[in-house]
Amino acid sequence: MRTLELEIPDWPGHVAGQHVDVRLTAEDGYRAERAYSLASAPGEPAVITVERLENGEVSPYLTQNVRPGDAFEIRGPIGGYFVWRPDDGGPLFLAAGGSRIAPMRAILRHRRNSMSEVKARLLYSSRTLEDVIYREELEGEEVFHTLTRAQPPGWTGYSRRVDVDLLREVAWPPEHGPLAFVCGPTSFVESVAAGLVEIGYPPGRIKTERFGATGGR
Amino acid sequence: MKKETDTSFVSRGFRGRRRDAAGDPARVPPGQSVTRDFPVLSAGPTPHTPLDRWTFSIEIGGTLRTWTWEEFRALPSEPVTADIHCVTRWSKLGTAWEGVSVDTLLAEVDHDASYVLAFCDGGYTTNLPLEDVTGGKAWVVYTFEGEPLDPEHGGPARLLVPHLYFWKSAKWVRGLRLLDEDEPGFWETYGYHMYGDPWREQRYSGD
Repeated sequence: MRTLELEIPDWPGHVAGQHVDVRLTAEDGYRAERAYSLASAPGEPAVITVERLENGEVSPYLTQNVRPGDAFEIRGPIGGYFVWRPDDGGPLFLAAGGSRIAPMRAILRHRRNSMSEVKARLLYSSRTLEDVIYREELEGEEVFHTLTRAQPPGWTGYSRRVDVDLLREVAWPPEHGPLAFVCGPTSFVESVAAGLVEIGYPPGRIKTERFGATGGR
Repeated sequence: MKKETDTSFVSRGFRGRRRDAAGDPARVPPGQSVTRDFPVLSAGPTPHTPLDRWTFSIEIGGTLRTWTWEEFRALPSEPVTADIHCVTRWSKLGTAWEGVSVDTLLAEVDHDASYVLAFCDGGYTTNLPLEDVTGGKAWVVYTFEGEPLDPEHGGPARLLVPHLYFWKSAKWVRGLRLLDEDEPGFWETYGYHMYGDPWREQRYSGD
């Protein structure tokens, strides 16, 4: 996992939840493009977090080869649906699976920076503690971790895949009129979104961003 | 069709992995990669409408024509094999579907509309020119690879318009609204291209 801070000339700023398309060009003109969510809040420098995928084409380059000062092409910011502005209200229930914590971090930082009174809870599912990113920073927020593959000794958080019972315990009750954002691998998003509907969230108050297998990133 | 690049911008040290695009670059639009998976990308939870409440309608102002699930399944259907291209850059070649041609559905109504807006369970919509859903270019499909279409992939029925980016192949479709003018649907309102031709890489508005 690597965090890259991007200096983008004429950057118009972004809304929390948006992403950028990164385009790499090889010497012979071959190009590859991938989307990465911005992990920083509006007003902060643009930051993306890249997870190196085993069979990835772009992620190994961005996590291992790129050096400070390197340049690549960016398109964005992109996205108008999976975004949050303080006027959208809450309370917010954010659920992130794996490395898809970036848009949630952007939303939480924006909430804090703008001194919004909107309450937020984050459910963060990871395989192991080592996979949790932005851990210390998130400790200041109301976070519920679940580690699905292995837990350290003395672990007091959840240790299973998210299910309806877990959601009942951590999600805002539907009577509070919450707004939910769910991001992660398809199976995670499907089960969380369906679980929230089951506990009474109106489907229109659940925003999802899924990343199924895309043939390599 | 290769897109002209206006810069000689090179990413230092990037080699990439030139994929064998299933052996036939003519089938893969620019910027796409072939996958054997079938990714799911949708906005919001998967809707589940029971079949005894499912209908498909053609509307123009009011409802012109409606079919129940039984009536819809009794319509003439045909197999369709198509390459599909998602705006998020994956393509899946030779996908096999079965369903009813939109020509069959529109033959039942009298109209002179130029555009359609597909509307769906969960509130999703997408807009298309009429000529892009007629002449054998579009279907409402309910079978994928010989099995009933999975809810995650749009079941019980979705629109299939393979020559455009796959967000135009609206999942959980419940009807077509006939319009005189083009009107942006869900993703189009959020900045995606009004038309969405993968061969011209029309991903976002302004492309």
